[in-house]
Amino acid sequence: MTVRPAARPTLKTQEVRVDYPIPGGTAAAVRGVSLSVSAQECLGVVGESGSGKTQLFLAVMGLLSSGAQITGSAQFEGEEILGLAPQELNRIRGSKLTMVFQDPMMSLTPHLKIGVQLAEVLVHHRGASWRDAERTALQALDRVRIPDPRRRLQQYPHELSGGMRQRVMIGMSLLCEPSLVIADEPTSALDVTVQAQILDLLRDVRAGTGFSIVLISHDLGVVASLADRVAVMYAGRIVESAPTAELMRDARHPYSALLMQCVSDLRRPRTDRMPFLAGQAPGAAEPERGCAFAPRCPRSTERCTHERPALEDVNATSQVACHYPLR
Amino acid sequence: MTGTFWHAARQHLTASAGARVSLGIIVALVVLAVIGPWINPNGLETLDWSSVAQYPGIAHAHWFGTDRLGRDLYVRTLEGARVSMIVGLVASAVSLVLGLIYGAIAGYVGGRTDDLMMRIIEILGGLPLIFFVIFLTVVFGRNEYLLFASIGAVGWLTLARIVRGQALSIRRQEYIEAAIASGAGTARIIYKHVLPNVIGPVIVYATLTVPQIILLESFLSFLGLGIQEPRASLGTLIAEGAGEMEAAPWMLLAPGAFLTLLLVSLNIFGDRLRDAFDAGAGR
Amino acid sequence: MFRYFLKRLGGAIPTLFIIVTLSFLLIRIAPGGPFDEEKLLPPEILANLKSAYGLDQPLWLQYAHYLRSLLHGDFGPSFRYKDFTVTELIAQGLPVTAEIGIAALILALALGMVIGVFAALRQNRAADYTVMTLAVLGIAVPSFVVLPLLGLLFGVYAHWLPVAGWEPGSIRHLILPVVALTLAPLAYVARLTRGSLLEVLQRPFIRTAFSKGLPLRTVIFRHALRPALVPVAGYLAPAVASIMTGSLVVESIAGLPGIGRYMVQGALNRDYTLVLGMVVLYSVVLIGAGLLVDLLYAWLDPRVGFER
Repeated sequence: MTVRPAARPTLKTQEVRVDYPIPGGTAAAVRGVSLSVSAQECLGVVGESGSGKTQLFLAVMGLLSSGAQITGSAQFEGEEILGLAPQELNRIRGSKLTMVFQDPMMSLTPHLKIGVQLAEVLVHHRGASWRDAERTALQALDRVRIPDPRRRLQQYPHELSGGMRQRVMIGMSLLCEPSLVIADEPTSALDVTVQAQILDLLRDVRAGTGFSIVLISHDLGVVASLADRVAVMYAGRIVESAPTAELMRDARHPYSALLMQCVSDLRRPRTDRMPFLAGQAPGAAEPERGCAFAPRCPRSTERCTHERPALEDVNATSQVACHYPLR
Repeated sequence: MTGTFWHAARQHLTASAGARVSLGIIVALVVLAVIGPWINPNGLETLDWSSVAQYPGIAHAHWFGTDRLGRDLYVRTLEGARVSMIVGLVASAVSLVLGLIYGAIAGYVGGRTDDLMMRIIEILGGLPLIFFVIFLTVVFGRNEYLLFASIGAVGWLTLARIVRGQALSIRRQEYIEAAIASGAGTARIIYKHVLPNVIGPVIVYATLTVPQIILLESFLSFLGLGIQEPRASLGTLIAEGAGEMEAAPWMLLAPGAFLTLLLVSLNIFGDRLRDAFDAGAGR
Repeated sequence: MFRYFLKRLGGAIPTLFIIVTLSFLLIRIAPGGPFDEEKLLPPEILANLKSAYGLDQPLWLQYAHYLRSLLHGDFGPSFRYKDFTVTELIAQGLPVTAEIGIAALILALALGMVIGVFAALRQNRAADYTVMTLAVLGIAVPSFVVLPLLGLLFGVYAHWLPVAGWEPGSIRHLILPVVALTLAPLAYVARLTRGSLLEVLQRPFIRTAFSKGLPLRTVIFRHALRPALVPVAGYLAPAVASIMTGSLVVESIAGLPGIGRYMVQGALNRDYTLVLGMVVLYSVVLIGAGLLVDLLYAWLDPRVGFER
């Protein structure tokens, strides 16, 4: 592995935990996650709903409710951001560190014009005038390939199609030349055909500018098309992380392997039985006993139910948390 | 409604300090209104010429003082409270029955009938009902039975809406379809199946309707359009008291405090009850 | 958008029509006439009076006449104040009532929203509980208790403000009545704003706004406030109704010569045309308020009235 200058990772989390107090104890949404995203890298984070993948990054962005108890460390470009005061955080959020959300219909303010929602980012972060900001917003809409952008600026979110709204959100996240964009299920609320377009857009935009992306999804297929590396999460922890090609070829954790088989891939021969995952992932309120995946794992043993496997390096680029990895 | 609903609701309610305090106050006020006058030796209409417009005191057991005519204010206030409460209860009962029937029919029958019935409620709801009651008193005179009826007729709207909403959702449930399939008549279904299941929200709104109605009656009596001489409700007493305010403030304060305490407690209790029922329903 | 408004207007007119008709019929059908209270009059004079007021004509003709005069803004002569027409009485009293009513409405809205936002931002802390408890008091305590109490405190004991009476152009006389009228709607608006703002702040687009690094101030006032005001807009018509009914009591106690007091006097004196005219007037005001609210909804949420 070559050592690059400025090898400081754009984002580095260490043992981040997110707990919520509930009657009778706490519910742990994220149970200790350490990962890092390098400059210009695309990290895919995959997991089913409840795996903590969204909660983790909401915590990083400081967007969780005040009831959430967050511990651990998250450093963005070398600066600790967990627990940072809102005024400080607001310097970074929306400019250097941005987020794209899942459902653009609900995620854009319904009573404000698109132009306003775009321009306000520039007005706030760059001190631009509204007029200049709108001009820059126009360019941003071009960049995300929205036709007739001048008209769109004057429209409201409900006047745009789902795909266009998501393009707007992506454009919004790029306005201040971010170092890291967190995309939380950016395609899940869209039609299949539109999904592909959005993924293409993300790919092209990145090629031009070179920011890092965290791509969160429950769909391994979506992640695989864009990510350099993938981290698989289950029940609040990372169970495997590897470069994409390696994961797709040689998944080590049984859960990752099962996820692989669920991806519809036109290149693979159709089997006559689709594998399916029986059971449910443990909820946040359940305490951990051994490996969280053991009840559903075809390879689990007595040891797996008592002793939780730690996330260990397999080689220079990959890690897995399993007593009996597939390889 | 399952057992867990009532259980959860009751738990929530007993846990709430506001609910306990307000309920306690309500009970205390009711007890006071019912037996309070007996404790005091003064009669309702006794004119005590020796203590006219007297400051509250122990002498002659005029605990709240006396009015211009020497009548004991303690007894008068509590009697007035009794009148207000009775009107409140009776008129609320009228509203309740009207609202239940109207809403159950509209919700259960559905379709055009429902549309029409709801339209009517919309129109009626858009008008300030007090004006209509005033209007009716102008037209039909100050008849007390009319008072009960018109106040009651005015309060049923919200109740009807809620009952109808409940009835609509219940109608779609399977046990209703089973009942229909087994040949039960519409009226019977409404009576046996729909009504018992709308009880929850109905109780809440009935509880909140009572203070509204007491308020309405007091309002009218205050203006002179409600309860007539020789009987008096809290509203009438407050009106008298307001007139004598500068010379004998206790004439205003006694009934005013009673009414305020009663209304505030009823409102708070109703609110807590609604919270409890929400909690029971898992919201 | 214009079509939406027209549709609303179209719905309002039948309502008004029904009210007028119902009121008219009720009065005519009512037992006893407007002259029953007077000393027994010789039949000829009674007949003359009746014909002078048009009461001897067939019902439908009276109705037609009434409708026609309504369209001309003429409510007919007052049955009690023989020298005045209802319209003149209304013209005399309306400015006073409008003055205190509008003042109360604006105060209730402005202060209520401010207090509501304040309480929402300090949710579950001491300030929030205090405000909300005071709000319950504001809603539950009737205006006819509040006004005399205020009068007692500020007028009798402290001698700051006049308790009753009125002089043209005087503001001091209006302070206590306006305060008494404002309290209940203010409490409602505060409660509604607080609850609604708290709910809106949970919505996804607020999270987006925060993620853009916008300060709390901006998120609340530019993004959260307008949708949060929808329930408040819905309360506007009831607020107007509440202030109208409150004015009956407040004007009576404070001796203000507004239409509220006329209404009460009319009711006590069984002055049919006056009360009928009042009912029509109040209904028009209320329906007008309802229409304004519909317009307001469209501004608060651009999706309303938008035909795809």
